[in-house]
Amino acid sequence: MSELPGDLLFTNEHEWLRREDDGSVSIGITEHAASALGDLVFVELPEVGQEVDEGGEMAVVESVKAASDVYAPIGGTVVAVNEELADDPEKINADPYGEGWIVRMEPGDTFDEDDLMSPDDYQAFLDELED
Amino acid sequence: MPFIPHTRKDTQEMLEAIGADSIEALFDEIPAELRIDHLHGVPVALTEMEVSRLMRARAAEDGAPLCFIGAGAYEHHIPTAVWDIATRGEYYSAYTPYQAEASQGTLQTIYEYQTMITELTGLDVSNASLYDGASGLAEAALMAVRTNRRVKTGLVLLAPGVNPVYERVAAAIAGAQGLTFARLPVDATTGNVDFDKLDSGQQPVAVVMQQPTFPGTLEDVDRLTDWAHAEGALAIGMANPTSLALLKAPGHWGGQGVDIACGEGQPLGVPLSSGGPYFGYMTCKQQHVRQMPGRIVGRTTDLDGNPGFALTLQAREQHIRRSKATSNICTNQGLMVTAATIYMSLLGFEGLRRVAEHAHANTTRLVDGLLAIDGIERLYEGPYFHEVALRLDRPVAPVLAKLAESNILGGYDLSGFAGTDALLVCATETKTAADIDACIAAFARALS
Repeated sequence: MSELPGDLLFTNEHEWLRREDDGSVSIGITEHAASALGDLVFVELPEVGQEVDEGGEMAVVESVKAASDVYAPIGGTVVAVNEELADDPEKINADPYGEGWIVRMEPGDTFDEDDLMSPDDYQAFLDELED
Repeated sequence: MPFIPHTRKDTQEMLEAIGADSIEALFDEIPAELRIDHLHGVPVALTEMEVSRLMRARAAEDGAPLCFIGAGAYEHHIPTAVWDIATRGEYYSAYTPYQAEASQGTLQTIYEYQTMITELTGLDVSNASLYDGASGLAEAALMAVRTNRRVKTGLVLLAPGVNPVYERVAAAIAGAQGLTFARLPVDATTGNVDFDKLDSGQQPVAVVMQQPTFPGTLEDVDRLTDWAHAEGALAIGMANPTSLALLKAPGHWGGQGVDIACGEGQPLGVPLSSGGPYFGYMTCKQQHVRQMPGRIVGRTTDLDGNPGFALTLQAREQHIRRSKATSNICTNQGLMVTAATIYMSLLGFEGLRRVAEHAHANTTRLVDGLLAIDGIERLYEGPYFHEVALRLDRPVAPVLAKLAESNILGGYDLSGFAGTDALLVCATETKTAADIDACIAAFARALS
């Protein structure tokens, strides 16, 4: 696995978050999750404007092996979805932290960065999983 | 795929492997108060001899009447080869195997079925079938909700010609999932949708139309499909598969075609059998395939480049997605679909067209004869396929009872549906001119 980008936060459900300049938060799944799922063949995206609760279902990623729900790591409103994944879901495998982003959300009030993991914490979490 | 029962030794070995004392112990987690030790109305076990005798007695009650009832299930000639082939050991199972168990032959049969049904309905993809036409409507409505996500009303509008029994089944299945079913306004003259009274802006998630309609008329499905799309709804078309040999395929209705087609597959080689088992067909546009319930078989190539068949898009299905599956109450009707595939193969498109034309001609002979009788008139104007609603000048039930004395089932009592003394008659290709004339004569006597 390559180095984790330093500007990301992580969850133990293997999702990542990036706070964008406009205050919105981009969300995707980690390289670890993508590689565990295998080649992705389909991504079911939420609708722009949809309200999502923290821990609620946000998207579905389907690989040749399984279909998995992606849970919202924070509550808020979906302000953008990565439409390109409709035609090219493998972007998640190829570039999970860049072109493979899934949704962008306007966070609700409850968003607390302290609830999430830093890259180092997540790396330690992964190392523990592999042991 | 033969049925091989476990021996007591097999069972014992399996129990030992999982560390259970008995099969009963596997059900321990179900609370005692939820368990019943006997079923009311179900008799204790009978011997084979007793069952055979019971079934012969029940079969004799049928009396093989001359049947002019359609109303959703249609008597057609089924070439002997259909069930001769379908009941071969290689095919003869109601069970549909999972990928690991499926033979290439079973998968290819389903694939051929899907190909034929997509050609018949003019749509891109077919599933491997559903239980029947009625549950097909429920599944299509639920599929429309998953597909047409911008619309949150859960409102499914049904054309007046949709089979009322299908509506009850669909409401029973989908009602608890937040869907409501409502009828579009009817034109009393034609029995079809009254386009002048259509109410725009209800935000229906889907509009369902049936062709031919339940009372046998032909709906303006082009216009209704376009109206559905203009309202932001998905269009769902239910068509009698035999009629599609003569009428326009749902995939070509209106400017864009319907999004989903479904319906009763029984006319394609499945006997009436007192109501089942039948099968439902379902096809859709390619873009909706991931929300389609049920099995889909695809054609592929293996690692050595040989062509083969495999279950595909299984992440929609309950054995993968559990509670998130597109449906947890559907299966395909493997044996019925096998029969339908053989039926369609033997007839070919030309043969199916001749069946449809013959049924239309027979129904015309029957209806023309009946209309010459005082007290019988058309309930609705307009063209028909092989079924026609007639208005009687008196209550229908006693007339039908009179015909039954001559072992003729003269039609389906439509009075409840139509709100007037009305009857639905159908004469498929199975009826001879003599049969039809006997029916007409029996009506003349009953109404004299």
